[in-house]
Amino acid sequence: MTIIAAIFMIAGLFFFMAATIGFLRFPDFYCRMHATGKGDTLGSLLFLIGFVLYTLHHDFSWMGFVQSAKLIFIAIFWLLASPTATHALLRSAFESELIPWTKDGKPVIQWPPKGREY
Amino acid sequence: MEKFFLAMAIALGILILLILYRAVFGPTVFDRIIGSGFIGTKTIVLLLLMGFIYKRVDMFIDLALAYSILNFIGTLAFSKYFLRKGAKYK
Repeated sequence: MTIIAAIFMIAGLFFFMAATIGFLRFPDFYCRMHATGKGDTLGSLLFLIGFVLYTLHHDFSWMGFVQSAKLIFIAIFWLLASPTATHALLRSAFESELIPWTKDGKPVIQWPPKGREY
Repeated sequence: MEKFFLAMAIALGILILLILYRAVFGPTVFDRIIGSGFIGTKTIVLLLLMGFIYKRVDMFIDLALAYSILNFIGTLAFSKYFLRKGAKYK
């Protein structure tokens, strides 16, 4: 069971590393948000699953159950909270007229968008 | 297993140092905000790793729970506060 927990944690570290590389290398705010918003959530979720397995294996008692329940609560809360924060930040950036990056410099959207009043 | 947790903590610390570059020199404000949020997520995992290294998980879980809620509220507040209509970022 310890080996399975270690494998989960290494997978979480891999996703964190991929998100960091994307965060440093991508050219635009929206691309960076695409990399971090997913790698962040999945990496922390895999880490917390590994922690739950390790706790249940090494401390099989009432306190161990309570700690595992708290860890699962952190995982569920972060699974709901991280995409919400990403969405709110993305909407704030779009309404501040941050135009998405394109390779040839021509914008793909008109500002303001059609049918909306700003 | 403590050595494995310590190696994980060191790797997460190196990743935090790499993210700090974008969080300090980011071109726009929103890059800095998402960088700080990303560092906050890694800090949650790092707190739990500290708990497993020092064998005091029962205390560090509550710290991580409070920190995750604080990180979420902070990102939401920043995204509301830095909304500037007509700022014209390039």
